[in-house]
Amino acid sequence: MVTLTINGLKVRVEEGMTILEAARFVGFPIPTLCHNDGLSPYGACRLCVVEIGQEPKSKLVSSCTYPVEEGLTVRTASQRVLKARGMIIELLLASCPQSKTIQDLASAHGVHQQRFKQEYEDCILCGLCVRTCSEQMMAHAIGFRGRGENRSIGTPFDISSDVCRLCGGCMYICPACQLRCTYNQPQHAICNACANLRPPCIEKEGYNNLMCYMEPCVACEIK
Amino acid sequence: MDYLRSREDFTALQKRLYSDYNADIPTIIIPAGTCGQASGASDLVRTAQREIIKRKLQGKIHLRITGCHGFCEMEPSVLIEPAGTFYPRVDITGMKRIIDALVRAEVVEDLLFVDEETGQKITRQDDIPFYRHQSRLLLSQNEKIDPLDVYDYLRVSGYSAFVRLLTDMEPRQVIKEVKDSGLRGRGGAGFPTGLKWEFLSDAADGKGKYIVCNADEGDPGAYMDRSLLEGNPHSIVEGMLIGAYATGADQGVMYVRTEYPLAIKHLNNALKQSRALGLLGRNILGTGFSFDISLVKGAGAFVCGEETALMRSIEGKMGEPRQRPPFPVQKGIHGKPTLINNVETWANIPVVLKNSVQEYTKIGRMNTGTKIFSLVGKIKNTGLVEVPMGTPISKIIYDIGGGQSGKAGIKAVQTGGPSGGCIPEKMFDIPISYESLAQAGSIMGSGGMIVMDENTCMIDVAKYFMNFLKDESCGKCFPCRKGTQRMFELLDDIASGRGTLDHLKTLEELALVLKDVTMCGLGQTAPNPVLSTLKYFRDEYLEHIEHKRCPAGVCKGLISFTINDLCTGCGACVKACPEQAITGEKKQRHVIDQDRCSRCGACRSICKFEAIEIH
Ligand SMILES: Cc1cc2nc3c(=O)[nH]c(=O)nc-3n(C[C@H](O)[C@H](O)[C@H](O)COP(=O)(O)O)c2cc1C
Ligand code: FES
Repeated sequence: MVTLTINGLKVRVEEGMTILEAARFVGFPIPTLCHNDGLSPYGACRLCVVEIGQEPKSKLVSSCTYPVEEGLTVRTASQRVLKARGMIIELLLASCPQSKTIQDLASAHGVHQQRFKQEYEDCILCGLCVRTCSEQMMAHAIGFRGRGENRSIGTPFDISSDVCRLCGGCMYICPACQLRCTYNQPQHAICNACANLRPPCIEKEGYNNLMCYMEPCVACEIK
Repeated sequence: MDYLRSREDFTALQKRLYSDYNADIPTIIIPAGTCGQASGASDLVRTAQREIIKRKLQGKIHLRITGCHGFCEMEPSVLIEPAGTFYPRVDITGMKRIIDALVRAEVVEDLLFVDEETGQKITRQDDIPFYRHQSRLLLSQNEKIDPLDVYDYLRVSGYSAFVRLLTDMEPRQVIKEVKDSGLRGRGGAGFPTGLKWEFLSDAADGKGKYIVCNADEGDPGAYMDRSLLEGNPHSIVEGMLIGAYATGADQGVMYVRTEYPLAIKHLNNALKQSRALGLLGRNILGTGFSFDISLVKGAGAFVCGEETALMRSIEGKMGEPRQRPPFPVQKGIHGKPTLINNVETWANIPVVLKNSVQEYTKIGRMNTGTKIFSLVGKIKNTGLVEVPMGTPISKIIYDIGGGQSGKAGIKAVQTGGPSGGCIPEKMFDIPISYESLAQAGSIMGSGGMIVMDENTCMIDVAKYFMNFLKDESCGKCFPCRKGTQRMFELLDDIASGRGTLDHLKTLEELALVLKDVTMCGLGQTAPNPVLSTLKYFRDEYLEHIEHKRCPAGVCKGLISFTINDLCTGCGACVKACPEQAITGEKKQRHVIDQDRCSRCGACRSICKFEAIEIH
């Protein structure tokens, strides 16, 4: 067992856990995007950053990859963390506003502006699909290609893969393309419409009113 | 080649090499590294070989083809030993005349180096200001050895340090010596080398530990590692042998970028020769110590210089970093403990251990030892300079570099490559050390030094590096991939006159967050070019934003070219203009059609009358 302090609370957790697991275990929420309990940690979206150590030498690390250490001090929602998280969400919104997952993150974290050139990309390269394909389906049909701006996910040479079993796992797990969000004004990246609804849309007369084409509606799943 | 079975064999060979060598025979030394070859050294080599054979001078005059000596501005150059005569920018006829003179033991006066400041001719290399102000601990070896000949290296007491340690010293003791020397990594972060070695030595016992030489040098404008690899490959092999002995590693890997074909050739040759001598392989010198090195070629991605990406690349996977911990010494190549050091760090090891460590610690202020910088940009003497730590920047730029190359004064220097920052002229008296450069908002990095003058726009510089980084980011970590792209967009807006004060605020905010949240060193240092220019040259940013003016006359969106009355109507610019934007009668003042003009500046560089103005 390892003892560490999370947000001032002394907790004892099993060795080998990540900070994310430990924090969630004791009930501190940390948003994640590229993390999934069934898949290996990847550490790419950086949404799960937490501040570790004592100031002024404290630093931000991705909690989904960082193993707990004896005596570690963790803050999951310090000013520094919130600022970084907000900026990441803003960058996400700027690239992929049609993802419902991202819109929900924006409303949950009070991100009300998007100051960059608006793009409409379909993929945030979180790699969940690649890991699902290789780790859960043992297929290794898709992978990453290129680097920097040109990085993309697909099969080698874009030729349909003979190891792909068309299981659809990649689409199921995708936070960007599966939960599509259409909002009334495409020029505004932030809609917040459904997430801000009280009560959730299920109790509304019909989801048609909500400019949402998801069927069944997923708004009710929003925390 | 003799196979050495014991220390006695080694000493005997070395003794034979010492006594066989006659230092009095005049030797023509031609630096022919990649830089030398590019400026025509191969022609000189061919000419010299032909002349020596033609005049039957074999045995009377020696020819030594070496790696780069550092003074790349003056290449192709020739150095004569033992006199130490230096001839800059030699051509084929010059080469013939030098040999003529050498036969008669004379010096070709009119080919000598001329000091621009004093107008005086300087005969000896060591008297030239560029060399005089340096302490060339590593680079001076490049002139003494033919990189393709291991005997040359042995003759300058190469491998002696390794053989001595191997037979006389416990591995623990070697690590202590390296720790005592205060040597710090030359690849970027400046981590204490001895400490890193200790970590590897302490990592699990048993077989299977790797040590790696990081020769992925990807910084634009930096080539000190290349010159070491090309000019003195055995010193790196020796450094790695010592490292392996000290840490108990049994496998070595040299990770070299494919863009360095000559370095790869020399390294492969060096490995082959030391294997043939029995200095590499199983049971080295009969001591039971075994170690071998393999060479892996990288495809030239900047990010593969980062440790974790480098290891994945060596494993044959896609070169992208992963989160640390686990650190390479805990879990490295194929899961085995791995130690990674930079080329220059390895090359320093034999130098540190050859003599007493106390001797070494005397070199340099603040940090120990020397550091090689590649001095490029708007500077008179471009080349590789090696100075002790603690040398003020001004000494490098003015005393060694000779100051600005053009009319415009020097404005700033960019150190540390794309991860570094710009240091303004007014701070040039700060001494070079890991800490002082970091304090100034830059880093030591691997040692790139790009000098900028008044004609350089700092927004353009930041934009250049951001463009580089957005292409070179591996793309795995979201804020790095998108953040560098967004920073580039914001800078581009500012540079083309679309910038507002909000742009500046967003840029700064984004830069600070990126420094904090990204996964690897690339993203964490990517904002440095922006943050340091914002810190020291904010007024230039404001000038672009508020007055839509580029003071240096660089940003194409904000400048226009016009022709003043100094124009003689010679028509040179008309021919030079790729857009056919310039018209005018012969001998009359010409005009530029602003709608057609693409602001390339071709007319301005061809005009002899300074008739083209930038607004
Ligand atoms: C983006 C990036 C690029 C790097 N490129 C290089 C490089 O080209 N050569 C190098 O030696 N180190 C490079 N490094 C530093 C290495 O990660 C590592 O710190 C170094 O090789 C360690 O050796 P040292 O302790 O001898 O300095 C780079 C680091 C980063 C983050
Ligand atoms: S969830 Fe940890 S980095 Fe994406």
